[in-house]
Order: sequence, then C-alpha cells, then structure tokens
Amino acid sequence: MDEWWTYRPADLLMFSPAIYWRLFESLNRVAWPLAAVLGLVALWAGQRRWRSGQPGGPGSARFALVLMAGCWLFVAWAFFWQRLAPIYPAAPVLAALFAVQAAGWALLAASPGLRWAPRSRRTDIGLLLAAWALVGQPALALVAGRPGWQAEWFGLAPDPTALGSLGLLLMLDVSRQGAARVLGRALWAGPLLWCAATSLSLWTMGEPQALVVLALGLLALGAGALRPR
Amino acid sequence: MNKPLPPSLPDPWPSTRRAWLAGVSGLVGGAALSGLAGAAQAAAAQPPLLRTIPSSGERLPVVGLGSWITFNVGQDAAGLAASVEVVRAFLAGGGRVIDSSPMYGSAQATIGYALAALGRPPAVWSADKVWDGDPARGAAQMDTSRQRWGVDRFDLMQVHNLLGWQAHLPRLFELKAAGRLRHVGITTSEGRRHAEFEQIMRSQPLDFVQISYNLLDREVEQRILPLARERGIAVVVNRPFRQGALLQQLARHPLPGWARELGCSHWAQVALKFVVSHPDVTCAIPATTRVAHVQQNLAAGRGPMPDAALRARMARDVAAL
Repeated sequence: MDEWWTYRPADLLMFSPAIYWRLFESLNRVAWPLAAVLGLVALWAGQRRWRSGQPGGPGSARFALVLMAGCWLFVAWAFFWQRLAPIYPAAPVLAALFAVQAAGWALLAASPGLRWAPRSRRTDIGLLLAAWALVGQPALALVAGRPGWQAEWFGLAPDPTALGSLGLLLMLDVSRQGAARVLGRALWAGPLLWCAATSLSLWTMGEPQALVVLALGLLALGAGALRPR
Repeated sequence: MNKPLPPSLPDPWPSTRRAWLAGVSGLVGGAALSGLAGAAQAAAAQPPLLRTIPSSGERLPVVGLGSWITFNVGQDAAGLAASVEVVRAFLAGGGRVIDSSPMYGSAQATIGYALAALGRPPAVWSADKVWDGDPARGAAQMDTSRQRWGVDRFDLMQVHNLLGWQAHLPRLFELKAAGRLRHVGITTSEGRRHAEFEQIMRSQPLDFVQISYNLLDREVEQRILPLARERGIAVVVNRPFRQGALLQQLARHPLPGWARELGCSHWAQVALKFVVSHPDVTCAIPATTRVAHVQQNLAAGRGPMPDAALRARMARDVAAL
C-alpha cells in the first residue's frame, strides 16, 4: 500500500470492536485460572507488605520481575500470536516485541542492585496502577456493557499487563547499579509505547476507555519523573 | 436532537417525474402512491437491476457484497456463523458479486468457509485482489487466495491500490488469456492516485476498475466514470457508505420526501440507490455483518431509481445536512 501518509487510523483498523473484544472471551475461557492465580499472588504480596510495613527484600522484587516476564511472554503467545494474528497482520511483530520486553524483565530480575523503593508518592502511584491493572481494567468491560467473559485480565491481556508493568517500575528502585539502571530505564519503553498504541486503536474503535489507558500511561510517565527516595 | 432539514428537503416531489424504472416497468406510480411500506414491498418483488460488463457482455446485479472488516473474524465461531448467514441472505436475495482481498485479514477464509457451508453455490461471482509489490509473490498470493475461497478461478482479479501494477497487469492478462481468470481490474480508494489511475485506464485493456464513490465523495463523476464509459470498462464502487460514517451522520436526520418516491425505508438505501443509479456504475459492494442490512442493501438494487436531476438534488440535499 503506497502513500501511507494519506491513511487515517480508521483506514487501518481491520476488525470490528465486537470481534476484538471476543478475542478476550476466547482467551479467558481457556486461561481464566491463570488470571485467578495472578490475582491471588498479588493479594498475598499486598497483605504481606501491609502487615510487615516493609516493602520486602530483593528476592521478592526478583520474583515479581520473573512473574512479569512470564506475563509478557504469555500475552505475546496467547493473545498476539494465537488470537490477534489471524485478523491483524502486524500481530506477529507485536508478539515479538512483547517477547523482547519479557526477556528484558528476566534480565532485570537477574541484575544486581535490585530493590524495592521506600514508600513515596512515586511508589503510591505505582501501587495504584498495579491495583488498577488487577481490578479496575477488568471492570471496564462491565462498565462498558460488555459480557464479563470479555474482561481484560492482568497477565492475559496486553493493556492491564502494560499498566501493571508501569506500576511495578514505579515501585522498584533500580537507580544505583549500572546494568539494572540502564535496563530499568529501557523497560519503560515497551509499556509506555503500548499504552500509546492501544489508546489510538481503542479511540479509533470508538471505545471511551482509550482515554483511561492514555491517562494512566501519562500518570505513570509523570510519576516516573519523580526520584525514588 | 435531530437537526432540521433544509427547507427544500421535505418538499413533496411531483410524482413520477423524478423516478425511472431502470428496465423495470409498472412500479413507479404504485410506489409513489402507496407509501413507504408499500413501495418497499413492491420493490422487493421486483427483479434486481442488472448492469452489463462491457468487455464480456455478462450481466451482474448492481448490489454486491464487500468484506473489509466485516468478514475479518478469525476463528470467532459467532463471527463465522454470522458471515455464513450474511452470504446466505445475499445469495437468496439475488446477489452475486462478492469482493475481498488478501489485505483483509481472514476475510477470504471466512468467505471460503461460508461458501463451503452453503454447498458452493454457483451464483457467486468472485472478485479478489492481488496485493504485493513483488510479482513472484503476487502469483503465489493469488493461488493462496483461490484456495481460501475454494474456487477454481476468480471471475475478477484486481491490482489492489495499484500496488505493483506494472508487473502484475501483464501477468493478469496472460492468466485471462489462458482462461485462468475471467476479468482484470485495478482498484483505488478514497480518491488516491486518480491521475495515475486514469493513465492506466487509458493505456491498459482493463475489464474493471474499482473506486470509492458515494453521496459526498463524487470526484470520480468528473473524469473516471466518463472515462470508464468511453473505454468500455466496468466500475465497482467501494465505500458507498464511507465505511459506515456516512450513515451515522445521516441517521440523525429524517428521510427526505424524495426517498419515499424511491421506495427507500432507510438512509442506506438512499445512499446505495444514489451510487448504483449512476449509469456508468456496474456494481457497489457495501459490507455488513447483519442479514437485515444485506436485505436492505439488496432492496436498494430494485425498484425505482433516481434520474439525473433527482440524483443531483440528492447529493445537494445531503451535502447541506
């Protein structure tokens, strides 16, 4: 297709919103136990932190990063490769990019100098984003009048996974060691770019939740500019 | 709240002066007198308006079926089932031309699925496209498309958006001469590359061109449609509803008085009658996921059609909304 500059986003939208949302239904009907397990792990981590008043040691930070790597890899395979690719030719590229991001999370998990950041406004926003990814984003399906099976769950769907990732980055302190510092900064790119791309797609589909994802992405970007204590 | 129509719109038109039957007699007076429902029923009882392909003499119904977005359903069971019903209703209503492209995601496979489910109905007139700048890959792509549709050969193969047309057209003419496809064409959409399009129309022995044309996008009336008539090229029209945006825009307004004369019960029929009543248009290919819309679209290809004066007024009135 020539003259790409003459095409609007609506010209490039190849599928209907109904079919897009039913991709999540297809995924959830197979993989809902994974979403449930991820939710339980998050609840356990949250109550542990609340009871101890401490953010936890480097081990729990590595565990969270390994978990995040698995989530990005699963989204790459189960959503982009298996479900979106038949209706969207660029989906394999997205799958590859999500897999690269997954590798980045795994590398960061193995890097020295990793720790949770002490509580601050930055980490509070991170916690808010993580909570939104786990609870708020799935609830948007019901708010929009879609069936519950079409909810976007963290670890299964790209949008909440990207938002939860931004939350995790805000809660970590990777500013001290060289490799972790570089990786920690580079890993902002994937979720932020995805927030921009998905906001544009959702807006083109006429879905108001485009604004929610965009606003949360911008909130994360702003919070990321705050220094960890 | 509905925006009020311009003062000229509700003006009742003087009976049959503005309508003609496009080869079907005896309907106009009845439609004008018996009101909207009666006109719609009368129109549905009429045979579809046919247009002749100049190069082959074959006659086709003026309302076809597009597949952009609507048939790109992947493995979605509900989407596939709905597509089967859309194709079934389309063929049952006298439709024939189905158009797709390898660029449309899973649309070709969906069409193949529907045709298999319906027992490979012989009425289907298959139109597809080649969409690859490399002619070698283009040949393989056309084979894949044919397999996805489940047809032995395509009735029409078009170079999609002129991509690699210099290499593709000679190959397509060879395939036509060998009897491996029946008609050759080129496509564009939304007014892109019209100057080059015209040059190809003048220099190549095309059977078909495909262009965008609707109540608001009428640039093709100036040069491309007259050139198609002059060169004996059939014309397929894409985006007759501006991909739905035109109908969303018009839905806020009540149907004008002249729509009743045409037997139209919906803006989609008004928009479609405007397109297919142009004497140089062979076929329009609106896409839909709903059986009711297919039936509504097919009804627009029957019954009274606007003449040139009414067509001009339709365009003027809609532009003023």
